[in-house]
Amino acid sequence: MANIGRRNFVKRLWAALGIIAGAELLIAFSGFFSAKRKPLTSDSQKLVEAGKVSDFQMNSVFPFRSGKFFLVRLSDGGFMAVSLKCTHLGCSVIWNDEKKTFVCPCHASSFDQVGQVISPPAPRALDTYPVIIGEGKVMVDITKSVRRKQFESSQVTYA
Amino acid sequence: MKKDRVSSSYRGFIFHLHPPKVAAASIKFNRTFGMGGMALLLFTLQLITGLLLRFAYVPTPAEAYDSILFIDQEILFGGFIRNIHYWSGIFFVIVTFLHFIRVFYSQAIFVPRRINWIIGMGLLILAILSNFTGYLLPWDQLSYWAVTVATNMLTYIPLAGEWMLSVIRGGDDVGSATLLNFYNFHTGILPIAMVLLMVWHFWKVRKAKGVAIALNEEEERVSTNPHLLLKELTIGLMLLALIFIISALFNAPLQERANPAFSPNPAKAPWYFMGIQELLLHIHPFFAFIVLPLIFFTGLIWMPYAIKEGNQGTWFHSEKGKKLAIQAAWLSLLITPLIVLLEEYVLHFEVWLPSIPKFVSEGLVPMALLLTSFGIYLGILKKRYKPTITELIIALFTVFVVSYIVLTIIGIWFRGESMKLFWPWQI
Repeated sequence: MANIGRRNFVKRLWAALGIIAGAELLIAFSGFFSAKRKPLTSDSQKLVEAGKVSDFQMNSVFPFRSGKFFLVRLSDGGFMAVSLKCTHLGCSVIWNDEKKTFVCPCHASSFDQVGQVISPPAPRALDTYPVIIGEGKVMVDITKSVRRKQFESSQVTYA
Repeated sequence: MKKDRVSSSYRGFIFHLHPPKVAAASIKFNRTFGMGGMALLLFTLQLITGLLLRFAYVPTPAEAYDSILFIDQEILFGGFIRNIHYWSGIFFVIVTFLHFIRVFYSQAIFVPRRINWIIGMGLLILAILSNFTGYLLPWDQLSYWAVTVATNMLTYIPLAGEWMLSVIRGGDDVGSATLLNFYNFHTGILPIAMVLLMVWHFWKVRKAKGVAIALNEEEERVSTNPHLLLKELTIGLMLLALIFIISALFNAPLQERANPAFSPNPAKAPWYFMGIQELLLHIHPFFAFIVLPLIFFTGLIWMPYAIKEGNQGTWFHSEKGKKLAIQAAWLSLLITPLIVLLEEYVLHFEVWLPSIPKFVSEGLVPMALLLTSFGIYLGILKKRYKPTITELIIALFTVFVVSYIVLTIIGIWFRGESMKLFWPWQI
């Protein structure tokens, strides 16, 4: 190491410069590549106003396809916003009102009214969005979906 | 004088690719089936048609679909050019895959072709990725959901999966960032990478003194012009004619405009991923998507490094290898559909083992069964035929490839609504 000679030193210098140049290119690439990922508008809370509490019947499911969720009103009056994105491979689930299940058209996973898996291949319950109830109105925060393994009563919002 | 110069520079170009003389055995059609050359022609076709399509295509969710409609309906020969691009893309994936199988079975994977074997697999993967990134661009229901389903498979890669998904999609869902990413890869990064790898690939073929042939076949040599060139020209023109005829008769599909809220039923991945999607119905994604492909490709890279006495250029290594390969092909042809049927109607690990995590009941248990049956199969072969390790690998390779093809066929033609089994004419 002490005496590698001038030519070898220059060679290694070139190699090192080459690696640095490559790394710079990679950084530039990743900058461009991820630039689009930042939303152009400010990413403040996105709230969807679903309607008045009294608009929603007990024990039924209301599609809000534009908002990416189904609003579920349980038989005890509680509200849940269940994501329509299947946890298996991301297809949009459909509500089957006769069987009272969410069904995924891609791989036939099905979920019950609160989003729990009834039949696989889906690995976990459907995601939820936070439901906020104020002044008799139901609002859903669709900024980010919440992952969960299974249904728990804490996921239900009451008026 | 002038004519002479033209023809000599033409000759110079040809002889850059080919040597002046080639072994007679290496240009027999059933030595290579002309697959490498066909792949090159198909790539060139896509390059030319792709450059044309770029003039009219707009890679934004708002305009992509309309620009495809515009190409199909308003531009002179627009639909025909898009059809050529579509069909040569499909043929490109198929021919590259067959080329890969041919090279393996003719055992052209050992030194000095070892590096080229690996470059070739890289090209195969790039060919599939090229097709896949192109799949999204029409932005119709077919492309949107195929890409949604296929990219979602990434989430099952441990640790890095979610991150990879968000990088590739440029967000949580398939959207404008995804379209721009795919467009850039499809029309820029992937073709450039492929051109570079192809140059390396061809140079390596030349360095290895052409196509791999058995040692006893090296004697007789013929001149490249006209013996090889005539064959290349014939096959090339025939392929070109075939693509043009198909493109004139059958349109590239274009369904309804993409609608993120409604998945079509069934929603299928692109056809070359249908084998994996089919596998996903039977085994935990981690094994279907990661472990099995990893075993397959690392095994194939490892093989020419581990085995020193390769029988380069001899089909199936030996007569025994050929026998085992044919046997393995029949075996997987029969057993794969049987397993699919059993899984569909009889075996339900997740129901029988409800308290155990799915990773075990749908992953480790079937995987262990699979590996055990591989082990038993190889054990029986070893006992009955006393094969070499190469012959065993050839049998195993056959099992993998034929099973994948069978799964792909089941996925494409036998899966209908809700991914249940149907007959092809019922779908």
